[in-house]
Amino acid sequence: MTLEEAIVVEHLPDAGGYWRIELRAPAIAPRVRPGQFVHVRLTAPADAILRRPFSVFRTEDDRLELLYKPVGRGTRAMTELRPGAVISLLGPLGRGFPTPAPDRFPVLVAGGYGMAALYLLGRESGRAGIVFVGGASAVDVLCVPEFEALGWEVRVATEDGSRGLRGQVTDAFDAWAASELSDRTPELFACGPNGMLRAVGERAIARGWTAWLSMDRAMGCGVGACLTCVQKVRDPSHPDGWTWARVCREGPVFECREIVWEDDV
Amino acid sequence: MSPSTEPSLEVRLGSLVFRNPVMVASGTFGYGPEYAELVDLSALGAIVVKGICREPTRGNPPPRTVETPSGLINAIGLPGPGVAGFIRDYLPFLRRVPTPVIVNVWGRTVEEYGEVVESLDREEGVHGYEINVSCPNIKEGSRAFGVHLDMFRRVVERVRAATRRPVIPKLAPNVSDIAAFARAAEECGADAISLINSIPAMAVDIETRRPILGNVTGGLTGPAIHPIAVKLVWEAARAVRIPTIAMGGIRDAADAIEFMIVGATAVAVGTANFVEPRTAVRVVEGIRDYLVRHGMTSVADLTGSLRLEGLPCGG
Repeated sequence: MTLEEAIVVEHLPDAGGYWRIELRAPAIAPRVRPGQFVHVRLTAPADAILRRPFSVFRTEDDRLELLYKPVGRGTRAMTELRPGAVISLLGPLGRGFPTPAPDRFPVLVAGGYGMAALYLLGRESGRAGIVFVGGASAVDVLCVPEFEALGWEVRVATEDGSRGLRGQVTDAFDAWAASELSDRTPELFACGPNGMLRAVGERAIARGWTAWLSMDRAMGCGVGACLTCVQKVRDPSHPDGWTWARVCREGPVFECREIVWEDDV
Repeated sequence: MSPSTEPSLEVRLGSLVFRNPVMVASGTFGYGPEYAELVDLSALGAIVVKGICREPTRGNPPPRTVETPSGLINAIGLPGPGVAGFIRDYLPFLRRVPTPVIVNVWGRTVEEYGEVVESLDREEGVHGYEINVSCPNIKEGSRAFGVHLDMFRRVVERVRAATRRPVIPKLAPNVSDIAAFARAAEECGADAISLINSIPAMAVDIETRRPILGNVTGGLTGPAIHPIAVKLVWEAARAVRIPTIAMGGIRDAADAIEFMIVGATAVAVGTANFVEPRTAVRVVEGIRDYLVRHGMTSVADLTGSLRLEGLPCGG
């Protein structure tokens, strides 16, 4: 991990209220592995003191690109950044996705901007598979052209039916698994809301597949010191069978069997 | 002196000598390895590791922190490896770092404080003890140690009897007379005091009308508490002869210098480590620049240099 003053190269609004920001970060960008994140220091609003974590969408030479939706005070202020602005980046952070197993069929499952966190994996997996992407509406479905350009098949589900199948992304996956999977064994890689991740994990456990889930937790330091972003994981060595893992350090990617789900997610 | 002379940054705390007065505060720097890739640990005055108690602990359920204006409320709940786990998993790393290590110690009973310090005192590589009597996230009695003078004295006396290494009680901010706790620490044989711990605080999600933190309440840290800490450090430091280590919302050298002017011998950077891991190193550089700019030969000249002439409380 490195601390770097990155320079904003381009920063534009995208569909669905999302924004894309491209940063020149020569020390960090070439070292980002699929599923890793960077921790961004915001300078505004002045009374927001913590960094904000973002999955890395794409890297290209000395640049990296983030895709984000302004949802809070910090990310709304971030939209004001103009090309040439300097922002402090800490990264690459976390344990990302493993390299897809060569004897499995790679399947990506994304909710919302989870697509962005899966793009590098799609690019560096060595072979194209299938991507399932879901959102509330058609505008929430991101990055489809990017995945198609990599040779991946993309299946879309929207809750309002405005694009693709009407329903959850797991409905689209289930339909495919029932009729088109045949004798292949999939390896699942997922990023999205916790409910979606849990549903993906349940399917994998029921069928004996491997599923890698990128967990999302409110984060503090990003390096494992503050112990904010903890996730319950199985730990046979503990009398109760579980322990806290730091999403920023032991994660954000966990195999679904590691996760202990609780009622709130 | 010639303005080009390098000022001395060395400070003493009991038998310990620190290369500079800037430490990293307990709970904000893990046990050292977490930041080793980003921060030159040998540039720090001391490393104060996260609180250690007798047994391994899990801490509180999430959410454990919430960002508030210029601050952070935390209710981490002191998860940790326990004293044996700390000695096994972290002390070998820390022994290789050429920087004094102060272990923050907490217990649920007076006896537990003593036992933890006795265990650590058998180990090389531990240079002093910060006695956590004031973490707002520990129930089971620990909080009471920090706000009741008689309990506070019993803890400090027990720890004092367990070690000859420096003992540094960390004072709670939420008391009506901080000077009384500072004096009690000195009377019980403490080598220094540190303050302030986080300030008890709470935040509510108004849409769900539920507390944001899993523990309901927590402790506020960060720039929001700095002016409160300055006032408490001023009151505590002038009540005692032993050194004061000041902490509370340090972002830069100016905040640290302010603490030293009101009486601190050393300072600790806390929440800012989460934001800018190299804050402590930058604070050291900033203090050096300040001393040069003001023609001061030693950082010790800053301590307690507050000027009160002509003010109601001066003279």
